[in-house]
Amino acid sequence: MSLILSVNGAEHPVDVPPDSKLLYVLREDLGLTGTKYGCGEGMCGACTVLLDGKPARSCQAPVSTLVGKKITTIEALEQNGKLHPVQEAFLKAEAFQCAYCTSGMIMAAVGLLAASPNPSDEQILSGMEINVCRCGTHPRILEAVRQAAAARVAR
Amino acid sequence: MKEQADLILEQQQHDAIERLGYGFELRRRDFFKLLGGGVVVCMCAGPLLGQESGARRRNDEDLPQYISAWLHIGSDGNVTVYTGKVEIGQNIRTSLTQQVAEELRVPMGAITLIMGDTALTPYDMGTFGSRTTPTMGPQLRNVSAAARENLIDLAAQRWKADRSLLVAADGKISEKNASRSISYGELTKGQELVTLIGDDPVLESPSEWKVAGTPAAKVDGRAFVTGKHKYTSDLTRPGMLYGKVLRPTGFRATLKSLDTSAAEKLPGVTVVRDGNFVGVTAPDSGTANKAVKLIRAEWTAPQQTSEKTLFDDVRKPTKSEGDNPGGPPRMSTGSMDQGFASADKTLSRTYTISYIAHVPLEPRAAVAEWQDGKLTVWTGTQRPFAVRDELVQAFRLSNDKVRVMVPDTGAAYGGKHTGDAAVEAARLAKGAGKPVKLIWTREEEFTWAYFRPSGAIDVKAGVRHDGTVVAWQFDNYNSGPAGLHPPYSFPNQHIEFHPTDPPLRQGSYRGLAAPANHFAREVHMDELAQLLNMDPLEFRMKNITDARAKAVLQAAAQKFGWGKEKSSATRGFGIAVGAEKGSYVATAVEVEVKDRQVLVKRVAEAFECGAIVNPNGLQNQIAGAVIMGLGGALFEAIHFDNGKILNPHLVEYRVPRFSDMPKIEVEMLDRKDVAPAGAGETPIMALAPAISNAIFAATGIRLRGLPMVPNGLPSEDNLSSA
Repeated sequence: MSLILSVNGAEHPVDVPPDSKLLYVLREDLGLTGTKYGCGEGMCGACTVLLDGKPARSCQAPVSTLVGKKITTIEALEQNGKLHPVQEAFLKAEAFQCAYCTSGMIMAAVGLLAASPNPSDEQILSGMEINVCRCGTHPRILEAVRQAAAARVAR
Repeated sequence: MKEQADLILEQQQHDAIERLGYGFELRRRDFFKLLGGGVVVCMCAGPLLGQESGARRRNDEDLPQYISAWLHIGSDGNVTVYTGKVEIGQNIRTSLTQQVAEELRVPMGAITLIMGDTALTPYDMGTFGSRTTPTMGPQLRNVSAAARENLIDLAAQRWKADRSLLVAADGKISEKNASRSISYGELTKGQELVTLIGDDPVLESPSEWKVAGTPAAKVDGRAFVTGKHKYTSDLTRPGMLYGKVLRPTGFRATLKSLDTSAAEKLPGVTVVRDGNFVGVTAPDSGTANKAVKLIRAEWTAPQQTSEKTLFDDVRKPTKSEGDNPGGPPRMSTGSMDQGFASADKTLSRTYTISYIAHVPLEPRAAVAEWQDGKLTVWTGTQRPFAVRDELVQAFRLSNDKVRVMVPDTGAAYGGKHTGDAAVEAARLAKGAGKPVKLIWTREEEFTWAYFRPSGAIDVKAGVRHDGTVVAWQFDNYNSGPAGLHPPYSFPNQHIEFHPTDPPLRQGSYRGLAAPANHFAREVHMDELAQLLNMDPLEFRMKNITDARAKAVLQAAAQKFGWGKEKSSATRGFGIAVGAEKGSYVATAVEVEVKDRQVLVKRVAEAFECGAIVNPNGLQNQIAGAVIMGLGGALFEAIHFDNGKILNPHLVEYRVPRFSDMPKIEVEMLDRKDVAPAGAGETPIMALAPAISNAIFAATGIRLRGLPMVPNGLPSEDNLSSA
């Protein structure tokens, strides 16, 4: 069955079973491998994308429920060679080690800052809680999110 | 002596080292064709160089077989360095690049490291044991320094100048009076120069470093924040299929019956069966999953033990003890009888360690491709050459028919020594006749990977009233021999590791058994201090003579503000120290206890690993080790029964998350006068005992098992031996 998915501003017809999870369609059918598989149970956040601007776990989202929704992945953040402020903040703070969690962390942070442009520490913690960094880079990730928020507020 | 013993231990633990023939002659003929001319410098281990030039030199090869590192400078000025080490998040791609830039005098951006490719890089035992910084770092600096001197020679010849008047800087050779200068690229144009060097270099001392020793940013950092970096699990090959393995119902099971007819009816599905191995390939992962679910299989498995008897089971001696020629590691100094006889007080306690999982966020993955009888596998592993050997054995091939490549990998922590996914993907690809990608699920990762060993550790110590430890008996059952040696100067000691036949598949971990041995040792030290009513810091200081261990303890205590406040019923302070693999750590911890819940509020850790190569990467590794250590200390544990893992999902296996974060203060001691040691492991070692000691200081409850508080603080009647 063919569905139309709106991914990163373009319409993509995909021919997959309707219960297919978005993560695998992104990675295997659309070649968007920046979104990672970490657990398949919505418990690590490595697969985080934005659905209509809100962070969601793509490993849990059947594509049949996504028709008409705007799907945004890590690949869409960089514009004309310019990094998104959250990417910039992660790079500057070097908020990663193996960096396998980084795409999901950045997408979660982008979604968080869209909803709360000037978040409290509690809001940052709860917004990022589902995302696992097994290398233990949490302090730098929190710092990067704070810096990205500060940069947004300053503009 | 100890260093040597540790190294032998390390080798025993990670299979016997095998020196494989490096097909260098072939490469010499080919590599200028491949690389387009230039200057190549190769390093051979000293004794091997001697051996090769002596009686055992083989006539058919004009270069030694055993090359440990090499470097190429092309006519475009680009520098390519080849090392068998791999990048798994510990940031050695950056720290090694810094060291090449330092000695070769080129910008970091001109350097590319080819890592962990069995066809291109020299043989390497593997990336583990914090060995990259102490061994590969000096090797690459060595090779780079020789290349730099070669370039100075080339410029001197070209200009017919006195080489002592020439300097290398910023990718160029210049005359000191600056009248002429030439880039490395121009110098190497048209050259086909191979230089062999031994491992006795003249290297810049760390105090002279300008690039190494500075906080360099991660090489290719931008590729990680844009999602462009390709991990193994992101790779594709033309015509590639997706693989999925049918897992047995439990460990050590064998296949009794199999019906794959329903699976085979799915479009594009191939079922592969070979012995107890059953798997499928399909055009997409969804179809592969469906196909595996349609397979009907019956398995038979032997009755196996459960975690209920684990700490008795680990005490049963291994049946294969006789196979270990050196016997299990054991060390004795002085006289235990005299030691205990001279003690005013003695204390015996047992500490236990649960099985835990590494949980690298990128699960095991491999892409395998067969072409004309040759096998190429991309996989995330710490030991590309050992994985190549596994493939060679599994498919009865010769070494030159198998190539293993390791893309920078989504972490390992000691958990990716083996080539399971590689062998499985290769078997599926062979059966399907097409390239196959296999990514383990999290459940497979939790179930079929190996674990950090569990163990029981008995400690018996004798102390005098003045705080001197006079006898130290330490027996480790199954957990492992790493980190057995105390950083203390105990006059009478007996330390022994007792291997068993473990109930679960177990292997390496960050620091191997050193976190477990540090836990037992440093909690026991705290118990002894309590017995004598001494301050835990003062008691430790009294028994340490090693100046570096003293220095980290002092630094951690100062950073933490040790002794400024007294512990209360809701706030406890604890401290611990450790040393392993040439580096030193001390950790001080503050815990908050509320409603039987323990929260680690603050961690101050001092760490010293000689001269620091990259303070930016080091800080990340230290804080990361502390955070990873929180999990094993507080709540991580694998539960199992009769050959089955009972909690193989993240929802059941708790890992540290943002809400668990304490305030972490890191103090890095930079010893420019000491050769750099690795830092991936030791920073994890003193955390768990410091937490246990802090919990005791607040509550009077001694927690002697890891994890300590999986369900909060145990109630009084659940405490057997407090």
